Amino acid sequence: MKRWIPLIVFAVLVGFFAKGLFLNPREVPSPFIGKPAPAFKLPVVGVADKSFSPDDMKGKVWLLNVWAPWCVSCRQEHGVLMALSQSQKVPIVGLNWKDKEREAEQLLAEHGSPYFAVPDDRSGKTGIDYGVTGTPETYVIDQTGIIRMKHVGPISPDVWKEKFEPKLKELGA
Amino acid sequence: MKTLLFSLALTLSTPLWAGEATPVGEDPVIEQRMVNLAEDLRCLVCQNESLAGSHAELAEDLRKEIRAQMKAGKNDKEVIDYLTTRYGDFVLYRPPFKPVTYLLWLGPLLFLSLGGTIWYMTLKKRRALKETPTDEKQLAAAAQLLDEK
Repeated sequence: MKRWIPLIVFAVLVGFFAKGLFLNPREVPSPFIGKPAPAFKLPVVGVADKSFSPDDMKGKVWLLNVWAPWCVSCRQEHGVLMALSQSQKVPIVGLNWKDKEREAEQLLAEHGSPYFAVPDDRSGKTGIDYGVTGTPETYVIDQTGIIRMKHVGPISPDVWKEKFEPKLKELGA
Repeated sequence: MKTLLFSLALTLSTPLWAGEATPVGEDPVIEQRMVNLAEDLRCLVCQNESLAGSHAELAEDLRKEIRAQMKAGKNDKEVIDYLTTRYGDFVLYRPPFKPVTYLLWLGPLLFLSLGGTIWYMTLKKRRALKETPTDEKQLAAAAQLLDEK
């Protein structure tokens, strides 16, 4: 028995390292889960004199998708978001983060907009208030304005099925 | 002598060019405070860089924010709180001592004492082995074997 101990210790270490190797380092635990979504009031892209605030969404489960026209992986999830908005399961709000070149409006006109509203966070401060580290990031916010989940990276059909659908079901959306 | 003087001059000049060139903001005192603080903070984009040294855009934005808050009279703790409410303890290169980090902080001590215990027990066993009185018969057999050669 005794001579197996080093091997067992080794196996346990390998187990930890293997697990660590497959973790996504971008998937940082968000301190916002279970906390109210930070308030903001921002102008809406493409609609003059209109502004958006998370309070507008009270009573609904909704997604806050942080994206940017310059973000390549946001284009990757664009198709998934389009399909979602067509299914009308849940409204998606697209926070336009640090769009200095003012490209969002044209881009959405060209490729179609999956968004219910596109608040314009030109300075990036609202993104920072939400703890955004890089686009795309998506928050699930419930009827009372509490953040229930955060996903870092593009939403693929698989991610939608495995992560978002169960959460939305749980929240009754 | 000349060489000596030259090398002496070189040695003395070291502080002039050593160290990273820090971009000087409007207020050098605030800039220094910001850099000191940001050196212990993690850049969220290039995760192995400090917030002070990163060239990522988000790091630049956060440095700007830290500068602005310091200018507004906030102390270091308030600035750190601002960052941890948004990005969690992950921004801190020195994680706080709390239940989830007990293992992290005490782990090395735990392993050290574990290793110490194993070491102590092995030594004790060895000593016990040495102190076993040797069998007379065996001694005689050994002597005989030695004599034969």
